[in-house]
Amino acid sequence: MSNYFVDIKNMSFYRGDRAIYDDISIQIPRGKITVIMGPSGTGKTTLLRLIGGQLKPDSGDIFLDGKNVPLLNRKDLYAVRKKIGMLFQSGALFTDINVFDNVAFPLREHTDFSESIIRDIVLMKLQSVGLRGAAQLMPSELSGGMARRAALARAFALDPELVMYDEPFAGQDPISMGVVVSLIKRLNQSVGMTSVLVSHDVAESLSIADYAYILSEGQVVAKGTPEEIKKSTDERVVQFLGGLPDGPVPFHFDAPDYQQHMNMYPNKKGALV
Amino acid sequence: MTFVQNIGAITLDWLISVGRSGLFIVQSILHKPKSLRVATQLFIKQLYSVGVLSLVIIMVSGLFIGMVLALQGYTILVKFGSEQAVGQLLALTLLRELSPVVAALLFAGRACSALTAEIGLMKATEQLSSLEMMGVDPYRRIIAPRFLAGLVCLPILSLVFSTVGVLGGEFVAVDWLGIHGGSFWSLMQQSVYFSTDVVNGVIKAFCFAIATTWIAVYQGYECEPTSEGISRATTRTVVLGSLSILALDFILTAAMFGDF
Amino acid sequence: MKSKQLELFVGLFIVLGFASLAYLAIQVSGLGSIGKGDVYQIQARFEDIGGLTERAKVSVSGVTIGEVESIVLDKELYMALVTLNINTDMAVIPVDSAAAILTNGLLGEKYIGISIGAEEEYLKNGDEITDTQSALVLETLISQFLFESTSGDDE
Ligand SMILES: Nc1ncnc2c1ncn2[C@@H]1O[C@H](COP(=O)(O)OP(=O)(O)O)[C@@H](O)[C@H]1O
Ligand SMILES: [Mg+2]
Repeated sequence: MSNYFVDIKNMSFYRGDRAIYDDISIQIPRGKITVIMGPSGTGKTTLLRLIGGQLKPDSGDIFLDGKNVPLLNRKDLYAVRKKIGMLFQSGALFTDINVFDNVAFPLREHTDFSESIIRDIVLMKLQSVGLRGAAQLMPSELSGGMARRAALARAFALDPELVMYDEPFAGQDPISMGVVVSLIKRLNQSVGMTSVLVSHDVAESLSIADYAYILSEGQVVAKGTPEEIKKSTDERVVQFLGGLPDGPVPFHFDAPDYQQHMNMYPNKKGALV
Repeated sequence: MTFVQNIGAITLDWLISVGRSGLFIVQSILHKPKSLRVATQLFIKQLYSVGVLSLVIIMVSGLFIGMVLALQGYTILVKFGSEQAVGQLLALTLLRELSPVVAALLFAGRACSALTAEIGLMKATEQLSSLEMMGVDPYRRIIAPRFLAGLVCLPILSLVFSTVGVLGGEFVAVDWLGIHGGSFWSLMQQSVYFSTDVVNGVIKAFCFAIATTWIAVYQGYECEPTSEGISRATTRTVVLGSLSILALDFILTAAMFGDF
Repeated sequence: MKSKQLELFVGLFIVLGFASLAYLAIQVSGLGSIGKGDVYQIQARFEDIGGLTERAKVSVSGVTIGEVESIVLDKELYMALVTLNINTDMAVIPVDSAAAILTNGLLGEKYIGISIGAEEEYLKNGDEITDTQSALVLETLISQFLFESTSGDDE
């Protein structure tokens, strides 16, 4: 069995004519926390969807636990997804059921546990994200950060082999941020889950990462352990880690030259074009 | 591009979407439910929101349409001295045409639009995605119970519509306009045949249910996941649903009652 | 909403559907209204039944006593053979009674009216009414009228 739980080989993915990924290769080692960083809009969420088989690459292979995801049929794809837990950027809680039932959902779908066992598991998971008291609340009654933590509890309710976190730190106050960071680390160590964490929060991400990738414009610009990344002298990495606006990593979405753009309609100053 | 090419492209697009939606619905209902208990629960929940919640509008409309039919029928028939036949007019019009068609149109507006909006919003808020990622097939979990509930509910609603309509018509004709109750019912019973009129009405309602619910769940599932996308999809559900009801009604009527 | 309550409503909904079906079957289409058990059958042959249909009513003095069970063509006499179901409590129709196909109002339903005869013997199950009068067909009447009025001029 390969050392890599997820192995992406020479994968390209296009949105229209725009290459989101251009011949990229990424390895996610088994039982480790791998962090994928990059400016927003580079396609981090897209990468997670590609791994989960919701999007199909235009070329290349994505092996998940030895299976080539893009080639799986519907049935096998759903079977393989039972090994995955995913925290969506928006949380994506089911709005018609309360927090408790949301966390219980994967358990009821995929296990034959009795209701009392499910109850214990759910309360345990909610306790670990600090929301045991909110079990009976509806998702609409939660703040953004709380919703994301509830979704986090749901993502690892089944103790999946792979958990993918899409921006787990966004919208958390410093205290719950600390809780989430240590939770991800603890889950990884105690159960041996493989974790993929997508984020643009450099400090937190690097603090728990075993391995890190930095992506920009469809390419891997740096990879390695956090120490290696931090020591990198690549100016794109330096710019990203330091949060500097000027540098080779574009802050702007592809656009024509600014000066020229503003002068396109000289009579209407500031017209939206 | 020439005009002909345009037509060709549009036809091709249309055929593709018909094919997609066909596969979509077939894949959705050809699932073996994982657990019969859970599947039943989901189904009952949808029967409630699709059927029970549509009941009031169906009953009120049925009552008024029955009363109006009786009133209109009376004013015409009384000129020929055959106002007793109002019962027969009422029952046949309701059973063969108005109940299935009007109930289906109301159903498209009340229940199907809600289905599209609900599924569309689930898509926009990534709930469908998160189901998929959990290894739970949204076809089985979301689409199938809603579609099947639609198929069951509309025939029931159409039957209720007829019944309430006949009662409303009887109230106007017999209690108000003073037509003799005995001839009202006996003329009605003479001309209404269970095997053709009632059963054909139910068959019509069932066909309308397939069309409208199919359109509703497909539009919801395939909508663009934005506010405008959902609103456009909801509009399309009501417009396409209503048009297909009327077109289907013509075809079914010709097949059932036409003497060619 | 509690799931028990939800199930209750759905149950009521389905029962309402079946109740409607039963109502439409029994009260509106009259399935099983004239008791099938308590009837006897008599027959009558007509030259022309006009628009008479099965389940049309059979009446004496305007009171319904039964309904038309079936209409078939008698292949030997080329006449319509109509079978009537008459309620058994009306088993007092004299054998020389006459059956006529009448119309309810100008454009109304066709029905069979029976004019009571004078004999003391009554029709029994399977008997036939021999004295029949066909439906008045409007077109025939009009053409007869036209033919008679024009034939005088021509010859
Ligand atoms: N449904 C879509 N259709 C077209 N382009 C999309 C769609 N979703 C995302 N994109 C584009 O793909 C790029 C990557 O998006 P995403 O993966 O969400 O970025 P990230 O998660 O890194 O912020 C963005 O530039 C966005 O414009
Ligand atoms: Mg993202």
